[in-house]
Amino acid sequence: MIAVLALLAGVLLGIVFEPAVPPELVPYLPIAVVAALDAVFGGVRAKLDGIFDDKQFVVSFISNVLVSALIVYVGDQLGVGGQLSTGVVVVLGVRIFGNVAAIRRHLFRA
Amino acid sequence: MTDDEEPTAALHGGTGEHRVPPKPPVHPGTGEHRVVPVISSTGEHRVVPSVGGTGEHRVVPSVGGTGEHRVVPHLSGTGEHRVVPPVSGTGEHRIVARDDEPALPLAGAFPGVPASGGIDLDPPKDPLTAAPDDGPRATPVVEETNSTSPDPSISAAPGKGDLDRPARRRPAPAGTLIWVLLALLGFTLVVQLRSNDADDGLSAARQEDLVRILSDLEAQDSRLLAEIQGLEQSKQQLTSGVAGREAARAEAEKRSQELGLLAGTVPGRGPGLDITLTDVRASDVLNAVQELRGAGGEVMQLNGANGGAVRVVASSFFVDASGGGIIADGDQLTGPFHLLVIGPSGTMSTALQIPGGVVASAKNDGGSVTMDSRSMVEVSVVRKAAALRYARPVS
Repeated sequence: MIAVLALLAGVLLGIVFEPAVPPELVPYLPIAVVAALDAVFGGVRAKLDGIFDDKQFVVSFISNVLVSALIVYVGDQLGVGGQLSTGVVVVLGVRIFGNVAAIRRHLFRA
Repeated sequence: MTDDEEPTAALHGGTGEHRVPPKPPVHPGTGEHRVVPVISSTGEHRVVPSVGGTGEHRVVPSVGGTGEHRVVPHLSGTGEHRVVPPVSGTGEHRIVARDDEPALPLAGAFPGVPASGGIDLDPPKDPLTAAPDDGPRATPVVEETNSTSPDPSISAAPGKGDLDRPARRRPAPAGTLIWVLLALLGFTLVVQLRSNDADDGLSAARQEDLVRILSDLEAQDSRLLAEIQGLEQSKQQLTSGVAGREAARAEAEKRSQELGLLAGTVPGRGPGLDITLTDVRASDVLNAVQELRGAGGEVMQLNGANGGAVRVVASSFFVDASGGGIIADGDQLTGPFHLLVIGPSGTMSTALQIPGGVVASAKNDGGSVTMDSRSMVEVSVVRKAAALRYARPVS
């Protein structure tokens, strides 16, 4: 519940301040957001499984974001940034789907 | 329960001797124990007394090989236990319990054996929730911290939900960090969505894409410029053509008006004279018309007292009518006549009044001519344009 409130607070802050994205962060921000979403869904699933752990969540969240941004950065340096970010998004999307499916089974038993 | 009974079944080194414990040590039970001796080989037989119930225990000796036979009693009920001898003489015997036996007490006695009806039966497990290694593999949280965290509760199998409860209650800074991270996620999400809305994606495009887009735009630009040039040119041509046609049309209009005035097909107005001819003959009228033309009269009209009016043009003729008056261009007019003429009034009146001119000859014939100078004379009568039957323009 508090987590949802925190999420809403972040959304409100973003709406109120309307900051501009720094140009050097533009390629990495969407990927990082998707990675963080993946971590969040994983955390929700772990919560439902009863194996949620604060420290684990924090570490996975941060490492997810950093690793995804790093992959895109390396891809940009190698000249395959577009393809590599597509790959990252696909992988994260698959994981999000799996986690959401597990959450769904928990919630609806189906 | 069976663990402490194990030592009671002493092993004997292949002597074929069978020792039956004198008395079932702990557990009640009235079952009798039958020991079937070894038929062949050197196998030893351990007989464990029944723990409860009246079940009897049959030890089936091994058919071949050197394996030992362990009879594990059933803990409750009256079921009998069959020891299946090894087929290939490796010494191990699988104990098959009957499917309809109550299976609950076996759960603690056989570690590693799921609490289900039989050993050979696959336990009905939900592959998504019950498999102990499924959760950690599919959940990123578990996966990534397994290697980094020494916390034993992290690698705990699902189902032991009481293990994470102390972790949740622990006043850890990680909890606050979670909220910070989630707030950051929401913030970033909104920022990203907004920036994605704001620009058309060019700022996120890569350099080669930008170069391609730029060259596309340049090619399009030059194409459009060429098109503009062509259109400008054709517009200029059309404009000049229109202007030329307009001028020619105006000129033609003007000429047609002038010619129409001369030919009598167009009504006219202008300064001139209103000449009244009383008691004159046709020759006097003709003289007056010719004199006025010579003096610069341009457009003329002859009105009769009977209301008839004739536009005087180049082909007009005047004849004396038999009953008085004259016939002008086929119409009979009666006097006195009014001759309206547009032209220089001073010159015309002077021309009419010269000695031996129109006025003098009319007086000689017994008539009179009076002139009235007007600043505006209206010539309203028109003639039909005569279609030329023979003459054609040269050009």
